[in-house]
Amino acid sequence: MIRINCPYCGERDHSEFSYGGDATINYPSLDASEKEWTEAIFFRKNIKGFQFETWHHSNGCRMWLVVERSTVTHEIKSVKPCHPDLQKVVENNK
Amino acid sequence: MTKFDAWNVIKNGLNGQSYWTRQWRDPEPKNSYDVVIIGGGLHGLATAYYLAKNHNIKNVAVLEKGWIGGGNAGRNTTIVRSNYMMPGNHEFYEHSLKLWENLSHELNYNVMFSQRAHVSLFHSPSAKDSVSRIYNIMRLHGTDAELWDLKTLKKKIPHLNYHNSRFPILGAAVQKRAGNARHDAVAWGYARAADTLGVDILQNCEVTGFTRKNGKIESIQTSRGILKAKKIGFAVAGNTSVLWQMTELGNLPIESHKLQAFVSEAVKPLLDQVVVYGVGGAHFYISQSDKGSMVFGGDLDWYKSYAQRGNLPMVQDVAEAAMAIFPSLGRIRLLRHWAGVMDMTMDGSFFICKTPISNLYLNAGWNYGGFKASPASGWYFADLIANESPHNYVQNHNLERFEKGINIDERGAGPDPKLHG
Repeated sequence: MIRINCPYCGERDHSEFSYGGDATINYPSLDASEKEWTEAIFFRKNIKGFQFETWHHSNGCRMWLVVERSTVTHEIKSVKPCHPDLQKVVENNK
Repeated sequence: MTKFDAWNVIKNGLNGQSYWTRQWRDPEPKNSYDVVIIGGGLHGLATAYYLAKNHNIKNVAVLEKGWIGGGNAGRNTTIVRSNYMMPGNHEFYEHSLKLWENLSHELNYNVMFSQRAHVSLFHSPSAKDSVSRIYNIMRLHGTDAELWDLKTLKKKIPHLNYHNSRFPILGAAVQKRAGNARHDAVAWGYARAADTLGVDILQNCEVTGFTRKNGKIESIQTSRGILKAKKIGFAVAGNTSVLWQMTELGNLPIESHKLQAFVSEAVKPLLDQVVVYGVGGAHFYISQSDKGSMVFGGDLDWYKSYAQRGNLPMVQDVAEAAMAIFPSLGRIRLLRHWAGVMDMTMDGSFFICKTPISNLYLNAGWNYGGFKASPASGWYFADLIANESPHNYVQNHNLERFEKGINIDERGAGPDPKLHG
């Protein structure tokens, strides 16, 4: 079991969460080329090692989180809210 | 290499089994090859075999970082079937099944292919409609497919749980020519047959980098020295992205996920077919090995991973599915469980294609379907490498299909690799 330290709920089993995917994708503007959109939607770095990825605390607070996790050892370095404004709120409340 | 036939069995039986030769050589790497296949799994070995057999290209090396058959080749649940409906896929997998039917003779090696029927249970009228559509498409293309009503199913497999109120069994979609095989024997059989035709199988030979010159890959750096190659094929599903990043070609429409498989203690003959609890219910598949073990599996672990070990929530999930469909397994003990790393693609279909580097060819993205595909995968990948243009069956199995909007998405699950199980 992977244990994810949710900034709102505390440390929980990963079975409470749903896996999202790569958290580093930047979607291009609406009038960007098909090539750019194809790259953003379909193509992935698929890192072997530490990566930023999204998890949804679907059986908890239902917040989306950014988790820095190794895809080899499953070790987690950091967990933050997805939304930058909420990240600030969590930081200020520490 | 001594041929396996009645004469040699009798001769060696009378001579203390002393005249058998080793099954494949352990050669030193040569400086250069016409074709180097990276990945000594089923697909890589099959590719090397068909390059030599069908295209007379025999100066071929297969590089394997560990030992052959030690990766996903030995980590699957050995199911062989061709119940696909999308253009490209159904022809491809049907040809694969036809190759399976003659594989033991072809390789002079008993791969223990057993056409014991693949039985997909359905649990609601809409699931029956959905699977009927797929199986009708199969019939229109000449693949065998049939529906079993509840009466037939009860007669064939009497000990399923027919009293499940949440997912009542209404019948099954059946492919009778489908079944399973012994995965190690397939790896060894292809290795032995390829070696006999002159292919070098280089084990403990890990690729560490590539040298590029004039838009081509000129040489390959490996843990056993530098090799020159005129053409290079990747067949390393699970680790495709790692190798791809070494070529500096950017990203791929692939995520690596892990899929677990389970083996129980051996019991007396209990199950004659491959049973799938998967149409409109959970996702679970089970068969019984020739030794008597129950071999089964379920879904991915749902998060991206290169770790070849499974996590416990999926063990519980699979055990629950087993109990829901097969309550008589309740007291059976699990011997082993393990995980393989899968190339999960953005539409659930594979790649056999050219790449932006003119002498590099890609075989990847096998999702759940790699084992059954291996003979045809080798066949069409060898064809692509030899003729430098894709066969009709695999003409859309390339990296450009996403931009062109011709995704080959059997499940219609959209661009999320983990959903294409």
